[in-house]
Amino acid sequence: MSISSIDLRKEEEAVYRLRDLYQKHGYSQFKMSKFEEYDLYVRNKDFLISDSIITFTDTNGKLLALKPDVTLSIVKHAAVGEGGVEKVYYDENVYRVSSGTHSFREIMQVGIECIGDVDSYCLSEVLILAAKSLRLLSPDSVLDLSDFGLVFDLVNGLEATSDQKKEILKTIGEKNPHDTMRICRKVGVSEEDGAILAELAGLYGEAKLVLPRVHSLLEKKGLSSSLALLEGVLDSLSRAGFSDMVRIDFSVVNHIDYYNGIVFKGFVRGVPTAVLSGGQYDRLMKKMGSASKAVGFAVYLDLLEDMFFEKKNFDLDAVLLYSKDVSSESVERAVQDFVLQNKSVTAQKQIPKRIRYRSLYRVTESGVELLETNA
Amino acid sequence: MLNVALPKGRLGERVYAMFDRAGFSCPQLLENTRKLIFENEECAVRYFWVKPSDVAIYVERGAADIGVAGKDILLEYTPDVYELLDLKTGRCKMAVAAPVGFRDDPRRTLRVATKFTNIARDYYLKMGREIDIVHLNGSIEIAPILGLTDVIVDIVETGKTLKENNLEVTQDIVPISARLIANKSGYKFKNSEIMRLVAGLSEQLSKGEAE
Repeated sequence: MSISSIDLRKEEEAVYRLRDLYQKHGYSQFKMSKFEEYDLYVRNKDFLISDSIITFTDTNGKLLALKPDVTLSIVKHAAVGEGGVEKVYYDENVYRVSSGTHSFREIMQVGIECIGDVDSYCLSEVLILAAKSLRLLSPDSVLDLSDFGLVFDLVNGLEATSDQKKEILKTIGEKNPHDTMRICRKVGVSEEDGAILAELAGLYGEAKLVLPRVHSLLEKKGLSSSLALLEGVLDSLSRAGFSDMVRIDFSVVNHIDYYNGIVFKGFVRGVPTAVLSGGQYDRLMKKMGSASKAVGFAVYLDLLEDMFFEKKNFDLDAVLLYSKDVSSESVERAVQDFVLQNKSVTAQKQIPKRIRYRSLYRVTESGVELLETNA
Repeated sequence: MLNVALPKGRLGERVYAMFDRAGFSCPQLLENTRKLIFENEECAVRYFWVKPSDVAIYVERGAADIGVAGKDILLEYTPDVYELLDLKTGRCKMAVAAPVGFRDDPRRTLRVATKFTNIARDYYLKMGREIDIVHLNGSIEIAPILGLTDVIVDIVETGKTLKENNLEVTQDIVPISARLIANKSGYKFKNSEIMRLVAGLSEQLSKGEAE
């Protein structure tokens, strides 16, 4: 049986196409339970986007949680042999508090994780898949790329306390040059170091336009050679034909206790926040007691609902009215006729109030007669 | 079309004058009407007046690409937006104020009245001081006078209101001014317009400093 495309909601279609993309690249599906031991999240609380978690007690008294995040579960259950790489994708719902409403929401997430002996090829593959995923969602999309390790090293090298460094990183994430400078002045960081960070955070654009400036900024700190990682990834993306959608943006910052190296975010025109987010998270692996490296990303499909939503003028093609004098055989036959013509139809004894229909028919023993057509 | 959310009132009008000089004009905006949305197709810009504390919400959710909000609002609600410029207008400070001669006794919980509960909580958490927050929506100054709280955390502009109510600033928390904020997605897809605006505004700001 084939499913006609009109029956598939656009976001459902997107999920299938993304899964197909990941499968073709050799990623296997990682299926997990809806709950996980609460303990896992408590130990890695800062990794989670919101710290509110829905918990409940299992029959044996153990505290469980409805999973607010997929990556932690995958990392926990990943079985990677020495030198191997485990490539998985997932298509799961997670439960988080949304920042706007302060109430729990079910969020549809699709993503991939690449765990193990991650080398430059694996990294490029994940980034190319991120770019392909965005293209799949919309032709009008951009992928923002940063080397968080580089930004982290710059900030970490400053003479400031760890709280102050976190504050500086926050202003970098906001592309907020005035507050970067204000904090740097307050804690006694040199004007030059502050200015480098402030300008780096403010840069935005295609690699060929932005990279020369980045080079000259980093040269001041003797760090120009550390751009190799970012440039390697940019080359791969360019070879795959994605350079027009890739932007350099050092304001992409993630949590310093978990992420390192390349981090990225994807945006689609018309959706106000990032729909894709990912990066290298070797630090999380280390925290969880693994020597493996890891990189991955998630696509937040709930955000795309508005973009995918098509206004329909009608809920149904036809409403068939029948009275109790008409035999059910006649009604069945009439309904079947419409279904065979691939039209949506409902048979009712009275006109349904909340449904907008294209045509209204009356069923009689001899067939159907048209009563009304809506434009 | 660049969508701009401006805070209703004097600050919004002052900021619009800067936008106007930066080449984003929309003269109907200043006409005394009850309209809330104004558009100038020639400059490809659309302005709307909203409640000052709502600007960040419009921008965060993408109804506006650009907006102007006080740093107090940004600190209190921490919206996920870019903060591109300090517009150096609407300057004041967030501060702790207490009745003249007040002495903080560290043995007991400090009672704090404020409209800005998150800012107050953060400030005292960093100091390691235990507090009891009383959230009020206005006339904060009255709280210590009536013995409702010991101190207040509020915006101080000239200090006149404090003085008239026999209060004084005991600690400054953070300087406040109007900030240019941008939606993160809008920033990517309307980058050239936004950068043109930022350049036009920064030029005025640096001139202002030179004068």
